[in-house]
Amino acid sequence: MDIRVLADPFDFGAEAQGFAARQSASGAVVTFTGIVRDTDAGLLAMEIEHYPGMTESQLTGFAEQARKRWALEDVLVIHRHGRMEPGDMIMMVATAARHRKDAFDAAEFLMDFLKSRAPFWKREITRDGASDWVQSKDDDEDALSRW
Amino acid sequence: MDVLYFAWVRERIGLPKERVETNAATVAELVEELRAREERYAMAFEDLSALRVALDQELSDFDAPLDGVREVAFFPPMTGG
Repeated sequence: MDIRVLADPFDFGAEAQGFAARQSASGAVVTFTGIVRDTDAGLLAMEIEHYPGMTESQLTGFAEQARKRWALEDVLVIHRHGRMEPGDMIMMVATAARHRKDAFDAAEFLMDFLKSRAPFWKREITRDGASDWVQSKDDDEDALSRW
Repeated sequence: MDVLYFAWVRERIGLPKERVETNAATVAELVEELRAREERYAMAFEDLSALRVALDQELSDFDAPLDGVREVAFFPPMTGG
């Protein structure tokens, strides 16, 4: 299990390759990566604030829950904080399991909890200079109820 | 105890962290004490349904007791991922 919260960019290709190469008991690796997307208003940057300490413990807790629930061989979660621009990768999740369904389901579970239960807050800065906190979505909250 | 603020709660109150001496028995009582301090606190705690609270870095709720708690954090709903 590998949980990292960092300010610096990460190399998605190298991380995915390294994670997959470490697995020998798994027949399936699923990866998800979240990217800063441009908005209609024209996004200049996104700033992510977090709660050091709690972030790491929450992410570790989600990964432990996922391991209890599905037959996982390994879990990787990387999430950045600080300033990012459109196209930059914000975070990634990778799961490894003997069979693909466990790997897919666990990755979705981790993403749903990461979106609304990990202490990160996004602020969007648009090209016209406006800046505002991103509102949480009811859909994200509702997504938790399926687990 | 240490009280931490994040995102727009931090901006409204104007600081990320402070030491608070309190006899409040619950989170709700602590919120009442903070609200009574100054307008910026009253503004930050105007609508509790827009806020979340963590006690010693575990998500909790406003009815929770503060007995033995060392760190309280207030913040808006989280927007990770």
